[in-house]
Amino acid sequence: MVATTAGADERIARLGLLRRLLLKPELGALIGAVLIFVFFSSLSDVFWSFSGVANWLDLASNPIGIMAVAVALLMIGGHFDLSAGTMVGTAGLATAILTQNAHTVIWVAMLESLILCLAIGFLNGFLVVRTGLPSFIITLSTFLGLQGLNVGLTKLITNTVQVQGIDKEPYVSGPHALLASNITIAGQPIPIAVFWWLLFTAVGSWVLFQTRFGNWIFAIGGDKNASRNVGVPAARTTIILFMTVSFAAWFAGNTIVLRFNSIQAVAGVGQELVFIVAAVIGGCLLTGGFGSVVGASIGALIFGMTSAGIVYANWDSDWFRFFLGGMLLVAVLANQFVRGLGARRRSL
Amino acid sequence: MTDPILKLRGVSKFFGSVISLKNISTSVRAGEVTCVLGDNGAGKSTLIKILSGVHQPDEGQLLLDGAPATFANPRQALDAGIATVFQDLAMIPLMSVWRNFFLGSEPRKGWAQLRRIDRAEARAIARRELRDMGIDIRDPDQTVGTLSGGERQSVAIARAVHFGARLLILDEPTSALGVKQAGVVLRYIAQARDRGLGVIFITHNPHHAYPVGDRFLLLNRGHSMGDYAKADISRDAMTALMAGGAELEELTHELERSGPAESSIARAIAEDVAALGIHENTPTSTTSEES
Repeated sequence: MVATTAGADERIARLGLLRRLLLKPELGALIGAVLIFVFFSSLSDVFWSFSGVANWLDLASNPIGIMAVAVALLMIGGHFDLSAGTMVGTAGLATAILTQNAHTVIWVAMLESLILCLAIGFLNGFLVVRTGLPSFIITLSTFLGLQGLNVGLTKLITNTVQVQGIDKEPYVSGPHALLASNITIAGQPIPIAVFWWLLFTAVGSWVLFQTRFGNWIFAIGGDKNASRNVGVPAARTTIILFMTVSFAAWFAGNTIVLRFNSIQAVAGVGQELVFIVAAVIGGCLLTGGFGSVVGASIGALIFGMTSAGIVYANWDSDWFRFFLGGMLLVAVLANQFVRGLGARRRSL
Repeated sequence: MTDPILKLRGVSKFFGSVISLKNISTSVRAGEVTCVLGDNGAGKSTLIKILSGVHQPDEGQLLLDGAPATFANPRQALDAGIATVFQDLAMIPLMSVWRNFFLGSEPRKGWAQLRRIDRAEARAIARRELRDMGIDIRDPDQTVGTLSGGERQSVAIARAVHFGARLLILDEPTSALGVKQAGVVLRYIAQARDRGLGVIFITHNPHHAYPVGDRFLLLNRGHSMGDYAKADISRDAMTALMAGGAELEELTHELERSGPAESSIARAIAEDVAALGIHENTPTSTTSEES
């Protein structure tokens, strides 16, 4: 094993460029994305036209892409958040009901919605840390609770299951410009959410790989006790991760409200699995401690391309889920294979 | 001679009615290795936890550089320069060597919110520190999971040394290793000693302890069977003490009574006992290791 001179040990070859590449968690997703792009481009010219690209970027960005970034960080930290989807609805509904029924100024409503979301995220994290129960169970209860509250309270307050009319709010132009406007590039309007998503991805990836906090995310996901023994504040890191997800949910939910001027009481329900799938396709391990934010965003991109591509190819949209199921299976198998190649000797 | 880095004077620890440690005394000096030997349940784990600040002694004193000291928690022990390398090593298999090396104390550069890990620096330091220990890792980006048990142990030791340890406490560093790997770890222990660190080496294997040790504390059921300088005890005497000669003899008789098949085993054991006093390979003590 330990040789006295460098390079004298024949048992560990230097990692070649190929090996290094294969060790990247996002590689599988990237290959998948390229294949899907080529596949749908061959079926439809619109798919790879400028407007087509703008369309599937839009579908990938909100809420999937933005949420996938936060969910990936949480998963690398070793946890799930099943309430992530429903919380998107909660965030949007809170803003909508506060403005429409409590006549709160929209900026204030959005702030209150943010506080609510962060509180839910904190509660998720706190309960997980405190009880030591699997986050799967804790957030499953949050998920069910929020689902009930979203519909129950919306009905109670508005007598319907939908809140609308946000576009008629005073001061709405500010938040709208921030979250729901379009940026026109070469004559093609692209929703601002796409750019927010790219920014989220860049910041998330930077935090994960370049900062101390990112190191701690990997550590607590890899081995919580070991990281605690060397002084990593595991509890704080965990709670911040849950709050990051709830912040992303606030962002996504408010973007939906401002963009469509209405929101359903059941908004977001079921989407939590989509976020997790995007993260897993992007190379995040279900057991934590390994993964990438860029990968999760590529996973979201795959979602966007597939849902747009199926429409452009004139297929029945029922095939979408089937297609994704297959993608997910192929992705996890590919990831496993790739990791096996990358580190053949042990663990990973 | 200089003051010992750490001296234990009549240390005891009770858990309810259980006497876990009773009246233990020993010392460790800079540039010396003190071995703590004992079979399972001898109180080795309790002793480590007292030294590393997890438990506090119920009786007796710890003297740090000659002055009485108490460690309320592991952090305080660490601040006093006492680093414990536990058996689980506190390493994350999926993370690279350099990330593990600096986990919890990452070097940073940049300002305010943009402060980030100085990765080049971290890699360079990790590589250098490991090389100074005589450990050659080819690639600090290699994941710890791809290292062998001995290499991991070495990284953990190098990490403790880098972060200012004056006294290293090693909890059974060789127990899970093969013969060669154990030899490598012993070499690192010697290396740390030669760099002027005090080392407390906890083990149940006298053959690992004797070559590197300067002082030997033998524990049995929470009691000290003696605290010897190397000059005062031979390897054979130590192994015999460790094995609890009388107990083994009794076992030999017991097995002899059971029949001819066992009696041949018993004879073999008896011969072993006579020759070396090794208890390790007898059928009764194949327990590989507790935590």
